[in-house]
Amino acid sequence: MKVQRFLARDRFPSLLARLEEAGYDVIGPQVRDHAIVFDALASVEALPRGITDDQAPGRYRLAASSSDRYFDWATGPQALKPLTFAPRETLWTSETRDDGTLVFRERLPEARPTAVIGVRACDLAALAIHDRHFLHGAAPDPHYRARRENLFLVAVNCARSAATCFCTATGDGPRVTHGHDLALGELDDGFVVEAHTDRGRELLATLDTSEATAEALAEVEAGLARAADQQHRRLPAGSLPEQLQAAVAHPHWQDLDDRCLTCGNCTAVCPTCFCQTHVDAISLDGREASHVRQWETCFNPDHSYIHGTVIRAERPQRYRQWLTHKFGTWVAQYGRSGCVGCGRCIAWCPVGIDVTEELAALSQAPTNAPDEAPAPTPGRVPGTVPSKAQGQAPAPNRREGKDD
Amino acid sequence: MITPHRRPRIAVHKFSSCDGCQLAFLNLGEPLLALAEHVDILHFAEAGPVDESAEADIAFIEGSVATSTDAARLRGIRERSRYLVTIGACATAGGLQALRNLADGQAWIEGVYASPEDIDLMADSTPIARTVRVDLELWGCPVNGEQVLGAAQALLAGHLPYVDHAAVCTECKRRQAVCVMVAQGTPCLGPVTGTGCGALCPRWQRGCYACYGPAVQANAAALASYLADSGMPPDEIARRLLFINNQAPAFHDAGRDWQARVIQRSGDEETP
Repeated sequence: MKVQRFLARDRFPSLLARLEEAGYDVIGPQVRDHAIVFDALASVEALPRGITDDQAPGRYRLAASSSDRYFDWATGPQALKPLTFAPRETLWTSETRDDGTLVFRERLPEARPTAVIGVRACDLAALAIHDRHFLHGAAPDPHYRARRENLFLVAVNCARSAATCFCTATGDGPRVTHGHDLALGELDDGFVVEAHTDRGRELLATLDTSEATAEALAEVEAGLARAADQQHRRLPAGSLPEQLQAAVAHPHWQDLDDRCLTCGNCTAVCPTCFCQTHVDAISLDGREASHVRQWETCFNPDHSYIHGTVIRAERPQRYRQWLTHKFGTWVAQYGRSGCVGCGRCIAWCPVGIDVTEELAALSQAPTNAPDEAPAPTPGRVPGTVPSKAQGQAPAPNRREGKDD
Repeated sequence: MITPHRRPRIAVHKFSSCDGCQLAFLNLGEPLLALAEHVDILHFAEAGPVDESAEADIAFIEGSVATSTDAARLRGIRERSRYLVTIGACATAGGLQALRNLADGQAWIEGVYASPEDIDLMADSTPIARTVRVDLELWGCPVNGEQVLGAAQALLAGHLPYVDHAAVCTECKRRQAVCVMVAQGTPCLGPVTGTGCGALCPRWQRGCYACYGPAVQANAAALASYLADSGMPPDEIARRLLFINNQAPAFHDAGRDWQARVIQRSGDEETP
């Protein structure tokens, strides 16, 4: 049964207090380095009250809001991703004992119960995708699971969208519908609090709330409708997997080579990208080693280095691979597209490449005759990682070089 | 593997450079002392030991080849060393002093020195790999001491070290640093620069100035076009690309392109 109550604005600090009393570390949005980021939240005073954002392709700026609300902003650079899929963590260590035998030790994170305040519908949709990726099958990722199972999620229904938002196009927002414990709808004088889980209902019962009036509920609905109306970015009609498959030799990919830096920012801010690389570090005496996992991007040629060659070695092929996976092959893999419409890849691309515009161009028949495939960059041999310095004997990279 | 019956030997050689990379290695402090317990450091002028003729398992090279005697000295070191590792922008790409490659270096010498005939300088400052075979290149101005130590550890363990070829942006995001370019409009070369520095500058609210050299597939031309569209004058774009790693091809080619546009434009303005 849906439980909806009204929490007056002056009682809002009690939500944090009850979460802390229940044993949760509280993570919440706050301003740091000119953006709204998620970090340990000391008090409601640290929340970005009266602050909003102005987002456009390649641009994010904070500004004073016309309201005094705590959540009058759209998504910042992070999602829940760093809290569940750590950017860098040790998975296991090994040690050579005096008798010469090896011992391996799993290094699980010391995950503590963590409550996150301010999660949006798009973030929850992305979390559901990550759950499917990391927790599926007989061998779920224990590091992800340890953090994931400790999360208590306090979501917020959006009452405004940034210009980069397009969750209505993917069907993932702006309304919070699943995956949360509590959902807040912010009004000028307080919050409509809705419990979605048993523990959410238990926590809500400890708060000093009153009945949510029909007017309050209607205002939350009006905010959601406003947020949806503010979105103007769309995805091409029809099946994107089919359109992208048909566009594999589209000349537009080459056009991207004039713009895409292959820096990987889109993949790092994407709440559903999960690529990773593993690195081993060994102690000086060679007795101890640690195996570290860190975020990686499919835009790094090392990521597709397989047995002596780099697959999809050219820049346009890398963007093609990312976009085709995200909106195309992802569907066969996970039963839905990998995009939740948060718009982070648009705002946080340093040169403002807009996936919705690229998809629109790729869904159109080419205006000139299509090439066989994206043309290679001049002076570069496909399938090789170029050495960085010029006119020299090639220095072996870490994988080509053989020790004796 | 390093032959087990004796301690591995390390040498750190200096060519045309400011010594900053040696100092970055030296500044490691305790980890360097720990390394010294496992290896013999035979030549490392900034740290004390001096024996340039020593045979070494790993020779770290700081600095570029800039004088006629440098090349011969370097070939000797190559012959006496099992692994040769360049450390820093000078050794790996010619360094800041390679700016003279783009200008009339001889005119500078004659303008600066009272007796220019005493100056023995080649026309170009060149990376170590232009003269001898290099086993591993570590970038940076200065190099990251941890990276040098990691390279030593890996080579001593018998494998080539892991070198992260991702752009600085990837490391920024791993460390949850907010993008200075998107959030503040600060020009940043991080998207076209290889990491290794730990995203040091952006984490301190400063744009990257590309001291770690081009990322493996750096699209410097695209970034330069975007900076130009954002209002950066062509001469500033050229200066940013033709800086510490001005001889790295990705920066050199894009930088020269924008430098040519400056010359073209000033030529146009002179035309009545």
